[in-house]
Amino acid sequence: MKILYGMQRPDEGEIRINGSAAGFHTPADAIAAGIGMVHQHFMLADNLTVLENVVLGSEPRRGGIALDFAAARSRIKEISDAYGLGIQPDVAVEDLGVGDRQRVEILKVLYRGARILILDEPTAVLVPHEVDELFDNLRGLVSQGLTILFISHKLDEVLRVADAITVIRRGTTVATVDPKEVTARRLAELMVGSELPSPETRESTVTDVVALSVRDLTVRTPDGRAVVDGVSFDIHKGEVLGIAGVEGNGQAELVEAIMGMRPCTVASMTLDGTDIASWSTLRRRADGIGYIPEDRHRHGLLLESPLWENRILGHQTRRPNIKGIWIDRAGARADTRRIVEEYDVRTPGIDVDAAALSGGNQQKLIVGREMSGDPVLLIASHPTRGVDVGAQAAIWDHLRTARAAGLAVLLISADLDELIGLSDSLKVILRGRIVADVDPANVTPEQLGSAMTGAGEGA
Amino acid sequence: MSSFLDRVFGRVKLGGWLAVAAPLIAVVFAVLITSAVLLAAGKAPVEAFTTLADYGTQPRTMALILNTSIGYYISALAVAIGFRMNLFNIGVDGQYRLAAVVAAGLGGAAVLPGVLNIILVVVCAMVVGALWAAIAGVLKVRRGVSEVISTIMLNAIATGIGSWLVSNYFGVLTGNDLGTRPIPDDAHVPGIPLIAGTSQLVNGFLVLAVVLGIAYWVVLNRTRFGFDLRATGKSESAAVASGISVKKMVVATMIMSGAVAGLSGMPELLGQSYKYSNNFPTGLGFTGIAIALLGRNNPVGMAIGALLWGFLDSSSDALQLLDISKEIVSIMQGVIVLSVIVAYELVHRYRVVAEQRRVSRQLAAPSEPEGAAA
Repeated sequence: MKILYGMQRPDEGEIRINGSAAGFHTPADAIAAGIGMVHQHFMLADNLTVLENVVLGSEPRRGGIALDFAAARSRIKEISDAYGLGIQPDVAVEDLGVGDRQRVEILKVLYRGARILILDEPTAVLVPHEVDELFDNLRGLVSQGLTILFISHKLDEVLRVADAITVIRRGTTVATVDPKEVTARRLAELMVGSELPSPETRESTVTDVVALSVRDLTVRTPDGRAVVDGVSFDIHKGEVLGIAGVEGNGQAELVEAIMGMRPCTVASMTLDGTDIASWSTLRRRADGIGYIPEDRHRHGLLLESPLWENRILGHQTRRPNIKGIWIDRAGARADTRRIVEEYDVRTPGIDVDAAALSGGNQQKLIVGREMSGDPVLLIASHPTRGVDVGAQAAIWDHLRTARAAGLAVLLISADLDELIGLSDSLKVILRGRIVADVDPANVTPEQLGSAMTGAGEGA
Repeated sequence: MSSFLDRVFGRVKLGGWLAVAAPLIAVVFAVLITSAVLLAAGKAPVEAFTTLADYGTQPRTMALILNTSIGYYISALAVAIGFRMNLFNIGVDGQYRLAAVVAAGLGGAAVLPGVLNIILVVVCAMVVGALWAAIAGVLKVRRGVSEVISTIMLNAIATGIGSWLVSNYFGVLTGNDLGTRPIPDDAHVPGIPLIAGTSQLVNGFLVLAVVLGIAYWVVLNRTRFGFDLRATGKSESAAVASGISVKKMVVATMIMSGAVAGLSGMPELLGQSYKYSNNFPTGLGFTGIAIALLGRNNPVGMAIGALLWGFLDSSSDALQLLDISKEIVSIMQGVIVLSVIVAYELVHRYRVVAEQRRVSRQLAAPSEPEGAAA
């Protein structure tokens, strides 16, 4: 996608537009070739009007210097009417709703003469009726002869809007199917694949002791929308609780709320029987919550610090890292060597910067760090995302061993095999709500996939 | 990955000889540019630089260089504390001047005798500097006001309050000079006869500057507070996830930076002029920013930077003998700061690539491409 829009160069292969080969060096080349991209996050200046936003960067000139707003206005009107977008050029963007802003983004690329539109997760920010409106607009555009590349995680939407579907998994094309002949289940199956070694953990180690208990947890966005809505669950010692769901359905917010990084309302949240709802993140971590964050570069590591300093991160209240107010360099370094050894982190030493390691080795370091200090609960958010197969198997092994030793694990993943294989119980989250409890012992990835996308709703 | 600003403000470390190479390249480059300017003005650059060097190596000038550098160095430390955690404390200037006014007023009143008065003045300066800086910290935490803006504003306000305090409360008129009541003799910090061959004493605050430099290094590198501060500077998101309260760190860092800023006026007040008047040096805080950049927040690097600045300032007078404007030194200082930023950036890029090559070579396996999170 970035390659198509000229933001990255391909290593090999070629792009053909209307039959002729094209190579893009910059987004400007792509725009010139008629490709326009609507980003997931809007790129609009709030305090300017729609008109100003649309012309920004390709302002029509009059007499070489002056801006010709009149011409721009009439052209925007023309495009808006032609495709039924219904856009008022003189309204400030800050006064528009999300759906309108998206239409402005679409109009922006049309204004630049795009004939091929790339929409990256366009529905992620929309509420259902806005999605319907967007789809109507898209059908309008297609009927005018435009081409749309619609990228989405949400299977039901793809099925509704697309004329042809290509499934990509781990950077390769898995299949190209006709939406009329395929079901959501079959699509989920294609997305998940089945050739991966299943991370089996059949022998149950679940105990009766509740490690983490959460009742009625709700997280709201600043504008009051509930992204996590009344979620309740218990995790017992020795249990892996999997949360299945299409990304962006509240998992990240749920995790951050449990870690105390995000304000939430909760009826009760107890760890080992102690109420932790009012605790700071540091206290929660010190009292036994380990955290493997979803985005290790943003939340898990100091990329430009050496490995042994990264060992301290998040554990800066505890031995062997700290003695009183002092950093225990010797202790932290020795323990980093232990992690490197036990978790097979491939590195020439503990003084290299974390940025120099591969993703898999960075992740193994984080897993090793979060497992040290005998945590009561481990929150593992996409623990094997973006790591190689070898590191993946090793991380699964470590999770299994720790679970057998009585660790409670909250597992969030987009990898359905991982969820089904590792979890002792599974909950499905959709639009911030827990919509189903699933027994991982007798569920297939296909069934889970349809529950996640809401395709199984009412069925 | 680190942003350009991270590297400019020295939050990303450079290892080994590279850390030394960059500022050297910058200084050489600055000499070349300055030579070009001198040539364009029809002056002989070699002669100018030898005059600077000759004058700068005389014992009396060396003592003067040290005296100028002490204030610069403490001010640079104050700036560097902020830099290490992404805070751009431009307000060091206002903090040290307000601190000096209040401390001078208190010292002049001589409520305590002798050494006790010195301690009182120093503590008072630290408290005033810390409180003044804390305003910017609290505004940032509570209201999201950029500390860059608020500290600039606070500089202007500090100037106003300073003049108001002097003219209404602390001021005594000596001839034409309105200043605070001089601090009594028994509360003067004695000079040190450090440099042989001159009667010019070295300001006693040299000791404090050295102690502060060591303390700065120890606190940042060896304590948990320092770790939290550096972690927050390197990645705020990772700091939040690891349980560091960024808001507390912002206020604490501003308070520390302000307290050190308050100290930077003390060598002048207690070791030189003994009162705050119109002649009190200004712009110390901005010089501190330049030196912190030049020295990459490293205590030794900043010491060298402060000495270089002191040398250029003190020996510039000699240029007038050659009929060269002493402002040529300002050009040189400016070019050094600009070129040091460029040099560090080049060196940094070289280092990142070299490090990644080294790791993949040592692992004897090609490093795999970064995953989805990259």
